[in-house]
Amino acid sequence: MILRISMAALALAVLSPAQGLNPADILKPLSDSWPTYSGDYSGRRYSSLKQINQSNIRQLALAWSTRVTAGLPSAGPGRMGGFGGPAGPPTIVGGEGTGDLNESGGRSNRIVGAVLMVNGILYASAPDNAWAINAVDGQVLWHYVWKTKGGTHTGNRGLGMWGNWLYLETPDNYLVSLDARTGKERWHKPIADLNQQYFSTAAPIVIGRHVLVGTGDDLDEPAFLQSFDPETGDLQWKWFATAQKAGDPGVETWRNLDAAIHGGGQMWIPGAYDPETKLYIVGTGNPTPAYTSGTRGEGDNLYTCSLVAINVDTGKMAWYFQTSPHDTHDWDSTQTPALVDAEFNGKPRKMVMQATRNGYFYVLDRLTGEHLVTGKFSPTVNWASRMDAKGRPVRDPAKDFDIGGALVSPTNAGATNWMPPAFSPDSGLFYLTSEDSYAEYYLTETDPRGAMGLGGKDERGVAVAGTYLTAMDYRTGKIAWRHKYENSRAWGGTNVGHGLLATAGKLLFAGDPSGNFVAYDPANGTPLWHTHLGEVSNSPETFLLNGKQYVLIAAVDMLYAFALND
Amino acid sequence: MRRRHLAIPAIAIAFAFTASTQQRGGGTPNPAGGRGRGGMGMSAYPQRHVDPAAVERGKGLYSVNCAFCHGSDARGGEGGPNLLRSTIVLSDSKGEAISPVVLEGRPAAGMPAFHLTPAQIADLAAYLHSFPVGGRDVARSAPPTIVVGNAAAGRKYFDQKCVACHSTSGDLKGIASKIEDPKALQQTWLMPGGRGGRGAPAVAAPPATVTVSLASGQKVEGTLERIDDFVVTLQDKEGVLHSFARAGARLAVELHDPLKAHLDLLAVYTDKDIHDVTAYLVTLK
Repeated sequence: MILRISMAALALAVLSPAQGLNPADILKPLSDSWPTYSGDYSGRRYSSLKQINQSNIRQLALAWSTRVTAGLPSAGPGRMGGFGGPAGPPTIVGGEGTGDLNESGGRSNRIVGAVLMVNGILYASAPDNAWAINAVDGQVLWHYVWKTKGGTHTGNRGLGMWGNWLYLETPDNYLVSLDARTGKERWHKPIADLNQQYFSTAAPIVIGRHVLVGTGDDLDEPAFLQSFDPETGDLQWKWFATAQKAGDPGVETWRNLDAAIHGGGQMWIPGAYDPETKLYIVGTGNPTPAYTSGTRGEGDNLYTCSLVAINVDTGKMAWYFQTSPHDTHDWDSTQTPALVDAEFNGKPRKMVMQATRNGYFYVLDRLTGEHLVTGKFSPTVNWASRMDAKGRPVRDPAKDFDIGGALVSPTNAGATNWMPPAFSPDSGLFYLTSEDSYAEYYLTETDPRGAMGLGGKDERGVAVAGTYLTAMDYRTGKIAWRHKYENSRAWGGTNVGHGLLATAGKLLFAGDPSGNFVAYDPANGTPLWHTHLGEVSNSPETFLLNGKQYVLIAAVDMLYAFALND
Repeated sequence: MRRRHLAIPAIAIAFAFTASTQQRGGGTPNPAGGRGRGGMGMSAYPQRHVDPAAVERGKGLYSVNCAFCHGSDARGGEGGPNLLRSTIVLSDSKGEAISPVVLEGRPAAGMPAFHLTPAQIADLAAYLHSFPVGGRDVARSAPPTIVVGNAAAGRKYFDQKCVACHSTSGDLKGIASKIEDPKALQQTWLMPGGRGGRGAPAVAAPPATVTVSLASGQKVEGTLERIDDFVVTLQDKEGVLHSFARAGARLAVELHDPLKAHLDLLAVYTDKDIHDVTAYLVTLK
């Protein structure tokens, strides 16, 4: 009891109302600020702001732009100094590596994640790097760079915030806490073992007094979601996606315990949170070995490729629904779910919706995990032979791979990927960018024990038959409309389109494959406004500052803020 | 690969060969490690440095004591799990983490104790750490060929479905000599020019062309450079770029994709069709 009181007093002391972020503020529907990965906990990316709307969208113009520069001080061009120009922002250096591996460009100079906006300051990130930026004009206030020990540098999905503290995950698997006011490091804690080939790209999600942290791994190592204390960085709980000891639930869906322990399910994209049930609903990754699945047995390989609901206080799973039983293509089901309260079959329903990398769209009851709807958002998808009684696609083993090649839709990158979708309560539609694509999957592993990790196959792309802005009707699971991007080409890498933002101004913002940043009509996908930025790299956001609504977008190392012309 | 290679000479026939044997699909495999790369273009999880003499000693010890259960390549054998992906082995540096397991065994799992010296365990560790660890191990043996189809059935399919546009005595004459790797040949006939988005295509495909009709009635034609909701850009015969804003303009835009038939067939083929056609095409030396 005494402990509890002192903790509460401590929390109050830290969270002075004038500064920082009160975690209770994240419970509010998305409006003036952008305090967490999806803007709010719902994952809908629907803003109630409507100063910018269909009637004035043609007056949307550049308010400011700014460039961020990754890497250690003195690294790379533009950091030579002494040739005029304003001094750079203060740079704070942390980390346990030597600095030899830090990039000054590449993925480390690429903003793909959420940019937080709290009290007029933006907080952006890339692998090993974080920046604070003045939201009024784009001035970079400080830059933090982490000396890395290695790990896969694919991207960074954003920062988490609690009070005056920021949380950054690093590719070499640390959770770093920074002072939001100065960029100075408070502490860093190891969250996974680099020798086991983990890498951490996720955005930490702050819920009350929990910092939820996911990681990634492409070898066959255990997948876990961890909760840390935002003040001390101490571990509160650790939930494993697969059984780690005899008798753990789901172990019966694996060939044996060793297979389950090495079965993967990495949670590298943040989930959504339902404050009513205290459930954090997150998608789990693909089972491993990803392709040659013989060592996994014939079962479903729980709880990989599933939506799982985890109680944030206990770390215990309340329910699950598997969206890709026994996946064999590295199609993780980590995509951001959206929590929607709306009518379904004539009754109000609390739902969760997810469009997964395997080409299917799901609607569940989020209180119980009860299946409501399955639909297909990529019509070319051909890896499933039928749907089972639970509404799950049943994989066709002939479409796993073949020595002579199996023509499979979609490619490994998926029919969608990490790009956040959006849901608009105005239109009742769920939006995503999607790809109809084909690849030949050749079996290359002749060893009956199969391969490890992502090995055992040679996937060769054949064609992208079409790329789309896609709207799904949650009531039927059917495609409501698709806006085709003409002359579609592969986006490249694991990029399958772009993240989305829906607003109460009846606008839907997204990048397109040509590098345009576009506002569409959410009713039908008609473009209403655009500007060419070259390459749109993160998801659009919006916030209100000094009475003015801004729309924010990243284009690699550039940030652009748009507002209405005065 | 977002930008198409545009310096394509005028192409009259369907296939122009650039004799590329580059591997496609996923890029160059890392010698060890996972999906990505680390900073500075280095492997994210580089191969460990181990003393070759210790590896040799460890190899002998391993073959005597461990190989039966864990496999001669440490990827698992008679009852013993794959050691290469073991969290204990991965976290081990010089035998300190594997030592308790070796010395005490795992009686519940059927593993006996081994009475080895610390030096021997360090040698065993060196041997285990000499293996590349990761999915993309190029040392793994692959099937000898991807040709698994029936050439006679493939010929029949070709004669029914492909001859409207192609001829084995014309554009496809000697195709198997020009593209010697059957996998590259299969990828190429499925989609000439490679629209999968990764790596260089084995052949350059004829480019898409576009005709833009202006409000004045003038028509501009050329190879398609770019098209989206807002702009269409083409390159005319003289190599000059023409860009037109589409929004608000009264433009008629007509696209011609010479590979549309190939694209449409992807939803139609069975894998057997594909394997059979490849088995036939590899005979066209």
